Amino acid sequence: MEGLFFNVNSGFLEGIVRGYKAGILTQGHYASLTQCESLDDFKTQLSATDYGNFLANEPSPLSTATISDRATQILVDQFNFIRSNAVEPLGKFLDYITYGYMIDNVVLLITGTLHERDTHELLERCHPLGVFDTMPALCVATNVEELYQSVLVETPLAPYFRDCLSAADLDDLNIEIIRNTVYKAYLEDFYNFVGTMGSPTSEVMQLILAFEADRRTINITINSFDTELSKEQRAKLFPAIGRLFPEGNNVLAKAEDIDQVRQVCDNISEYRSFFDNSTAAQGNGANHDVGELGVAAQLEDRFFRMEVHLNKQAFMQQFQYGVFYSYMKLKEQEIRNVTWIAECIAQDARDRIQDFIPIF
Amino acid sequence: MGYYSSYYSIGFPSFLVVVIALYLLFTGSGEAFNVGRFLEETSPFVWGSLGIGLCIGLSVLGAGWGIFLTGSSILGGGVRTPRISTKNLISIIFCEVVAIYGVIMGIVYSAKLQNVPEAQLYTRENYFTGYAMFFGGLTVGLCNLFCGLCVGVAGSTAALADAADPTLFVKVLVVEVFGSVLGLFGLIVGLLMIGNATEFTAGTPVTSTAARALASPYVY
Repeated sequence: MEGLFFNVNSGFLEGIVRGYKAGILTQGHYASLTQCESLDDFKTQLSATDYGNFLANEPSPLSTATISDRATQILVDQFNFIRSNAVEPLGKFLDYITYGYMIDNVVLLITGTLHERDTHELLERCHPLGVFDTMPALCVATNVEELYQSVLVETPLAPYFRDCLSAADLDDLNIEIIRNTVYKAYLEDFYNFVGTMGSPTSEVMQLILAFEADRRTINITINSFDTELSKEQRAKLFPAIGRLFPEGNNVLAKAEDIDQVRQVCDNISEYRSFFDNSTAAQGNGANHDVGELGVAAQLEDRFFRMEVHLNKQAFMQQFQYGVFYSYMKLKEQEIRNVTWIAECIAQDARDRIQDFIPIF
Repeated sequence: MGYYSSYYSIGFPSFLVVVIALYLLFTGSGEAFNVGRFLEETSPFVWGSLGIGLCIGLSVLGAGWGIFLTGSSILGGGVRTPRISTKNLISIIFCEVVAIYGVIMGIVYSAKLQNVPEAQLYTRENYFTGYAMFFGGLTVGLCNLFCGLCVGVAGSTAALADAADPTLFVKVLVVEVFGSVLGLFGLIVGLLMIGNATEFTAGTPVTSTAARALASPYVY
């Protein structure tokens, strides 16, 4: 049924997004990018792709930060084009995508205020997708209490902050705990919202969001080992969605070491490979004694691979809104890849240049 | 919200029907609801014209629906890959053909319409022609409506598939062709249904006097 009405409002934009997606760099592009000798070479190679001559006006000693910024700017421009052409419910859906970045920006401002830094210079470091009209107003706040009040009044994030945190919490809690608390509320809200959007969208999106929730749950668990975070507090940070929920989350809340995390993940066939060391050998050869830190780094890499895989799957189905979300995520991964390769070229670290995550 | 509106949309009409039925029953005119008399007293012209209207109307609805489904995808996909826009016009043509089927059947059906004086209208042949045109038109119209939807969805997919990978175009187009044949089935059956019907002709009414005498106070 969705095929009958989807195109009325969103058929044009879906076509556009699929066009954008066709411009994502392929293995062939990466192969030629990794051959580059210098960043100027790199720039020439990139201009043959959909990026075009986006670096044309940059002064010659090119820095990787500039490449990353310009590439992000392209993504932001594309997003804004889609956002300004979108009608409900796509508009709301796209807004939800920006909330994730907004949370990061607000948390950044909170950190700045806590450490009594000049928050105006932090504004420039905010992710451009998470910028909202009234963000400069947040910088007026001089203490945390004021900041909390203005977040409640000025931002669309108010429900997440209101329900989870009080002004006093902002002062007392670790900044990562604040971020994860708010993000948990956001993920659950987004999950419920896509649930109201009807069948194909909800199926595709809930799969992706469930993975996102599980990834955060596992990350929180692993990062909280040997810290002062109590197990009750840890359990509160876990999103109440995802494929590990509720049984796996309960076990993870009590987990003491990484082996218990591995056991939980073994219950879900897709997640089993996350801790599988045998296949890691082909990655960088040294898997004998990776240690806990090594496992975590490897895990992060595999999470990204899984995310890319799920987001690619979203393009298999037409007439649903998941493609908009997936495109943003894939493009973000691509920007990370491009930055990584540029960084490797700039620092002449040829042996690690292949450690990016190819998309197509 | 959804629950309330569906309760309302189902509940309110049935409530109205019950009230009207009970009103007719209790005021002693329960016989006003009489299917047989309704069929007998309705002019065959009404059936014939309704048939033509449904035939062309539903066909155009299907074609229009298909064209906007396909068209919006072609527009969107054509932004990055302009080559798809000319190639995929074939999907639009497939949708348009559906409307042409409707027009053809409308013309064939309207050839049966002749002006006949009312006194000589209610003959067995004219009843048959009226019903054949109504149900033939309905068949063609519904067939074309669903055919248009089918071709529209397939065409939209064809446009996006072509934009992503040019080799897919022919493959998806085959699917679309089979979808578009569905409308032709309706056209053939519609033609067969009208095959034995004669034009409206003046004749001796079979039941005219009886029908006149029995007319209820609600039918003039």
